[in-house]
Amino acid sequence: MKVAYYPGCALHATAKEYDDSCQLVFKELGVELQEVPGWICCGATPAHLTSHLLGVALPCKNLILADEMGLDTVIAPCAACFNRLKVADQEVKEDLELKKDVEKVLGRPYSGRVEIKHPLEIIVQDIGLEKVRKMVRRELEGLRVASYYGCLLVRPPEAVSFDDPEDPQSLDNLVTAIGGEALPWAFKTECCGASFSLSETDIVFQLSGEILNEAVEAGAECVVVACPLCQSNLDLRQKAIEKRYRKRINLPVLYFSQLLGLALGMNMRELGLLKHMVDPTKLLEKTLV
Amino acid sequence: MARIGVFVCHCGTNIAATVDVKKVTEVAKSFPGVRFTADYRYMCSEPGQDLIRKAIREHGLSRVVVAACSPSLHEKTFQKCTEDAGLNPYLFEMANIREQCSWVHDDREEATSKAIDIAGVAVAKAHRNSPLQTTFIPVEKRVLIIGGGISGIQAAIDIAFAGFEAVIVEREPSIGGRMAMFDKTFPTLDCAACILTPKMVEVSQSDRITLYTYSEVEEVSGYVGNFQVRIRRKARLINENECNGCGTCWQRCPVKVPSEFDRNLGKRKAIYVPFPQAVPNVPVIDREHCLYVDKKKCGICKKVCPFEAVNFEQEDEIIEEKFGAIIVATGFTLFDYSIYGEYGYGKYKNVTTGLHLERMLNSAGPTGGKVVRLSDGKEAEKVVFIQCVGSRDEARGVPYCSRLCCMYTAKHTLLLKEHNPAAEAYVFYIDIRAAGKNYEEFVEKVQDEYGVTYLRGRVSKIFERNGRLTVRGCDTLSGTQIEIDADLVVLATALIARPDATKLAKMLHIPYDQNRLFTEAHPKLAPVETVTTGVFLTGACQSPKDVPDTVATASAASVKACGLLSHDKLPIEPQIARVNAEICSGCLACKEVCPFGAIEKEEIVDKVSQKKRVIAKVTATLCNGCGACNTACRPEAIDLDGFTEEQIFGQIESLVADRGDGK
Repeated sequence: MKVAYYPGCALHATAKEYDDSCQLVFKELGVELQEVPGWICCGATPAHLTSHLLGVALPCKNLILADEMGLDTVIAPCAACFNRLKVADQEVKEDLELKKDVEKVLGRPYSGRVEIKHPLEIIVQDIGLEKVRKMVRRELEGLRVASYYGCLLVRPPEAVSFDDPEDPQSLDNLVTAIGGEALPWAFKTECCGASFSLSETDIVFQLSGEILNEAVEAGAECVVVACPLCQSNLDLRQKAIEKRYRKRINLPVLYFSQLLGLALGMNMRELGLLKHMVDPTKLLEKTLV
Repeated sequence: MARIGVFVCHCGTNIAATVDVKKVTEVAKSFPGVRFTADYRYMCSEPGQDLIRKAIREHGLSRVVVAACSPSLHEKTFQKCTEDAGLNPYLFEMANIREQCSWVHDDREEATSKAIDIAGVAVAKAHRNSPLQTTFIPVEKRVLIIGGGISGIQAAIDIAFAGFEAVIVEREPSIGGRMAMFDKTFPTLDCAACILTPKMVEVSQSDRITLYTYSEVEEVSGYVGNFQVRIRRKARLINENECNGCGTCWQRCPVKVPSEFDRNLGKRKAIYVPFPQAVPNVPVIDREHCLYVDKKKCGICKKVCPFEAVNFEQEDEIIEEKFGAIIVATGFTLFDYSIYGEYGYGKYKNVTTGLHLERMLNSAGPTGGKVVRLSDGKEAEKVVFIQCVGSRDEARGVPYCSRLCCMYTAKHTLLLKEHNPAAEAYVFYIDIRAAGKNYEEFVEKVQDEYGVTYLRGRVSKIFERNGRLTVRGCDTLSGTQIEIDADLVVLATALIARPDATKLAKMLHIPYDQNRLFTEAHPKLAPVETVTTGVFLTGACQSPKDVPDTVATASAASVKACGLLSHDKLPIEPQIARVNAEICSGCLACKEVCPFGAIEKEEIVDKVSQKKRVIAKVTATLCNGCGACNTACRPEAIDLDGFTEEQIFGQIESLVADRGDGK
């Protein structure tokens, strides 16, 4: 199986470990990733807040580039990139006037041929958890994991249609398949505060603080995520949150690809686990066989 | 040759201001067959009508044409006037030169020319009008009431009082419907059972009312005055005539199953009456759970019954009865809130509905009148109420407002506080709809005197934490987010049509809307009638309504039904379809397009070949004269009396004829 790979800005910078772990994991699973040549920023939040056309044209440009690769599917690990690609594709398919404008701006026709998927989708649907379970070399020995999906992976449901928007299960199922205990908890899809991390950090302290608190109450030993901004808000800001609320949290926040990589037999260094602010090594050494 | 009179009305200035009525009258003289013309200020007035009657008698007129307003206003007036003068009323023709001419045009010359055309066309049709005869059908003086809730019960009482027979067919083992499940009713706080049971008893004791409980309507055929209905009386496995409701059987029955009447909060036996005041006070055996029916074990009820009323061999009984009118009183069901992930997808035990709360509040209910947490049975100290669950939700629920919920939620908070003064109640609402008599005062009382907190906002999430529910919502009036730790959350779920409503509608040939609510004949002026003559609607099956409105529509529907039944015979309008057996090929294309099911196939013996063949047959009483069959018929074998092809072609010819005025 071969898919186009759209890392997006974050994965080449602050979320390098997400990129590394994804590449390693997919190689092991037998999926060839081919990075989209000449890809540009998807626009994320700033683009669609500034100009609707810009917010749609940027993702469409990347989809055109992917189309030119001759592949059917493009995967985007960053939840924001994934969401923007999907929403832009849907908008352009529904609004022909908008499509004309986009094609005019880009100077190229938009075919809409390429299917946009999240790496989690590929693992859970295309490869299948049965196959993944069989490939596990190191069981997680009941590691208690709170699966955190965030906003953009499952909302808006009509655009993303990947998993249930109120109580999604794909991350939980993956955790179970690799030997972990997927904890039921109520804050799976609550917002972490996203890009307010820079402009109104207080909001992130409150929102991410609540998420981490709920995870602790649910008995979690770690949190697993699928989005670079969620990861940074829950991980980078954790110490400040602990100080603010005068409560110890100490929850490592891992990318699902890192946890999966460990289960498939890779080591912590290559998966970028040493790059996290909240140190996961002690927890993982204890639980991994 | 017909002798036609043309009467042109001024209608004050309504017509005369735009149309030159004198000119129209003058030109009409030249229309073929016209022997008399006149114009008058108000043709529909007494002197106007006198003018027509006099002209008919003095000039021996055989056809009357009045050029005036719309037939929907005065066709009947002038038909009667014509009849009074000794002519068949269907020899009268109306030309609309007001709504379709003077009221919609400005140019006097063009409007006058159009009015002349319209009058000419009416004259051309009048030529070919024939003296159609009204036929009559007998009327069965019995009313079928489908549904035995408060609306069906009230309708039966009113019909019986008027001197006619009523039959209630109720699907459950007892009449009483939803109202029997309630604790107290708003705004008076009457005990629901106390005000309902006297009516239930009245119905059971009346000579003129027959109750078929644990029964369903299976098939309806026929037409107004003569409906043939097949009813299935399901086997209770109890002989109703022997049983006296002593209760020995259900006391001894060893099987316990969740009680539907208690919304599965309590248990009942396999042989049971749904509630203590059931009418008839005869139990029914639940065949699915009875040990004897299932495995030939037990059979204690039969052994202990002092009257030998238990009969395991009893079979369903099919009966066929005739009725003159049918009243549909099938009520409603409740929206399933488990589609809402934000409320937990139905997995939280302590999230429940208003009807469940009614059963808890009811002292004869499964919790003995205590409002408890359904997870552990402890008394609920903090209860959150959420209004509009499913209602007013175009995306995932129903678009309409269910009308009752604001009122019963207010009532629930009051009763909660009465049962447990220390309890706290919070109501999340969008609007408060308290439009009935004393309703607003009731809500104000709840807010002021009972200390209930009303929060204008929606709940975005309910989740469980340490065995308690956390409700997150907002209060838009203060602009804050609210989080409440609740013992119990009560959802006011939408009132919706029953899932099998469409099946019943098809059986009765009545329309329903996109929400499966039965459609009334006119939303303003005919709210209890349907377009199918003889079938009436009452209660929530037409639209959600509270008890006062339900009782009002029940009485309204029974008056309508009695109105029909007070006639010994009913007139059938003669403008209906007629099949020419000689031309009809029996393709039955007409049957496919008839919206009233008025056409069926008939086997005849061909006159020429003496062989059997199939042709179409019109049931006069069902035909509404829409003419759809006429357009579908290829060999022109079916025609519409009063609007025949010949008449219509005559009109077209008149329109295109050269009047010598260049048009």
